[in-house]
Amino acid sequence: MKTLVCLKQILDPEIPPRDFTINRDSRQAVQGSANLVTNIFCENALESALQLRERSEGEIAALAFGPASAEDSLRKALALKADEACLVEDDSTAYRNSATTALVLAAAIKKLGEFDIIMVGREAGDWGAGQTGGLLAERLGLPCVTFVDHIEASGDGVTLRRQTELGWEKVEVKLPLVVTISNHEENVPRIPKTRDIMMSARKPVTNWKLSDIDLTDEDLKTTGDALDVIDLFIPEKKTDCEFIEGDSLDDKIDEFAKRLAGIVQSA
Amino acid sequence: MKNIVVCLMPGAQFDKSTAGLLASARGLKGQLTVIVTGTAEDDTTASLANQADAVIVAEAVGLNEYQPELVLGVLQTVCSDLNPDIVLMAGDTYSQELTPRLAGRLGGVSAGDAQSLTLENDNLRITRSVYGGKAMAVVELRSTPAVVWVRARSFAPAAPRDSSGSIEKRTVELSGDAAKHVDATKIVERHEESSGTVRLEDAMVIVAGGRGLGGSEPFEELKSLAETMNAQQAASRAACDAGWVPPHWQVGQTGKKVAPELYVAIAISGASQHLMGIADAKVVTAINTDSDAPIFKHCQFGLVEDYKAVVGPLTERLKALLS
Ligand SMILES: Cc1cc2nc3c(=O)[nH]c(=O)nc-3n(C[C@H](O)[C@H](O)[C@H](O)COP(=O)(O)OP(=O)(O)OC[C@H]3O[C@@H](n4cnc5c(N)ncnc54)[C@H](O)[C@@H]3O)c2cc1C
Ligand SMILES: Nc1ncnc2c1ncn2[C@@H]1O[C@H](COP(=O)(O)O)[C@@H](O)[C@H]1O
Repeated sequence: MKTLVCLKQILDPEIPPRDFTINRDSRQAVQGSANLVTNIFCENALESALQLRERSEGEIAALAFGPASAEDSLRKALALKADEACLVEDDSTAYRNSATTALVLAAAIKKLGEFDIIMVGREAGDWGAGQTGGLLAERLGLPCVTFVDHIEASGDGVTLRRQTELGWEKVEVKLPLVVTISNHEENVPRIPKTRDIMMSARKPVTNWKLSDIDLTDEDLKTTGDALDVIDLFIPEKKTDCEFIEGDSLDDKIDEFAKRLAGIVQSA
Repeated sequence: MKNIVVCLMPGAQFDKSTAGLLASARGLKGQLTVIVTGTAEDDTTASLANQADAVIVAEAVGLNEYQPELVLGVLQTVCSDLNPDIVLMAGDTYSQELTPRLAGRLGGVSAGDAQSLTLENDNLRITRSVYGGKAMAVVELRSTPAVVWVRARSFAPAAPRDSSGSIEKRTVELSGDAAKHVDATKIVERHEESSGTVRLEDAMVIVAGGRGLGGSEPFEELKSLAETMNAQQAASRAACDAGWVPPHWQVGQTGKKVAPELYVAIAISGASQHLMGIADAKVVTAINTDSDAPIFKHCQFGLVEDYKAVVGPLTERLKALLS
């Protein structure tokens, strides 16, 4: 089974709000003291791919579209024993919407070869668009299943488990297809060994410019114009919390219980 | 403008989500058509027609069950005929799955989690939370159709219109592109948590637990507390990822967006991604050992204590108060 995992490098989404700032003019977040990390759902996807390979063999390729720094996400994938890695380097700092990303990823995938399963995260932790998987499937002319959290080879296809509103579903699929991966206790990303991290520094990462995949800035402008960010701002919201006081724990619990009961009764 | 609202059957009724979805569309000018995929009850169709210019009930073999490629093909076929400017869907799993794919099929553009919709020179503008709830963005969609899923339950329902729209049943035959992957994926098993309980999204009271609980057993203790208050149980992502509770209990950016009268967060720190799920809660309160936990910045009142010392006696007190 040949799997391709798409990795997006983003600003660490778990930095506290007080450390998060934006540039309203460029409508982008400011990096400040935040680290660049691989989007968590991409890591869940890579973990799913690694587990699938352990169960039914095959190869894993990792693909990223982004600035030169995105190579770090690919190196980490190599440290976790991905077989090959490719960066489509973006030398612009412009906001890239999902339509543009899907265009670029699809062109790169066509050049990389044939894959049985193409995995993306359910959404990226920065813009939270959640559109790339579906758009990529349409660009590649493939079927797609979203919110997948388990993949099992079966016959000439695979069986997927995917999350739903009230539980889960089992989906039998033919290959090839695109899946978007969601988090689950089973695909919590493993940590690479120090030794493997050091080894990965020497492994090759294919570096392509847009021209290498036959795309022009004009192509990216067309998809870019279709959806653009007009404004970005930090909403103000603060509630003054009243901490429940009391002479003893019992008193506090008593007071807390009364408040809860009051709301429950009028709800 | 020609706008479409998509209602997926079965399961969809004229519930809070559908009502909010229609209200979001009615805030826009233009002709509104509702597409229902699969067989709908007559009173559901009638309620839909009260809110739109036209209702098209699309029927096809196998459509009374959600199969992604089939529903997509049917929507593609019906939408192509109507040549819409905007297509709106609700925020359920299936609608989220279909949104970008339908946009791809129709040559349009897609986005998700719209919290408000406006028109600017006939282009759709949406506001949505980004950066895990730390910022808001206004996004403009300039290609047609704009296919968008909206945070449907956050829109207040609109009153019925003066006259009701037309209702048409249409049998759809898939051909060409629309038929291409119909057999490629098949949902063969569905598992849903026992019925009879209220959906988390519609719950009036929610008791949620986080990583600070340290395991699955404390969720049992919270169950008694929840039962006492007639509440639903929920969790942070950390608790779900640990496997203490199932994934569909998760509240937040990538979990449920809830709107209860009361949300009790126990041993949850209040990361922005979690808070994104409770923006519509009326009263938020928390039990946490750390008075600096960000959750308290969103609480009307809170209790700085170890949950272990609180939950048992609190449940007893509430039993007495609420009996
Ligand atoms: C892209 C993305 C999407 C995400 N989506 C979601 C989402 O949908 N939902 C979500 O919840 N998270 C989401 N997260 C994760 C989020 O950033 C946080 O990591 C997560 O919410 C933390 O969960 P927690 O509050 O349970 O754990 P922690 O942050 O570890 O907090 C535990 C809390 O328990 C308290 N505590 C410890 N012991 C006790 C005790 N004995 N009594 C009382 N209090 C105690 C501690 O003081 C602490 O405040 C997402 C993250 C990313 C990057
Ligand atoms: N620049 C990128 N490079 C590689 N993969 C990406 C990129 N942007 C998005 N993706 C993939 O698409 C998923 C969803 O992203 P989005 O649709 O932007 O929320 C991510 O988890 C990635 O797997």
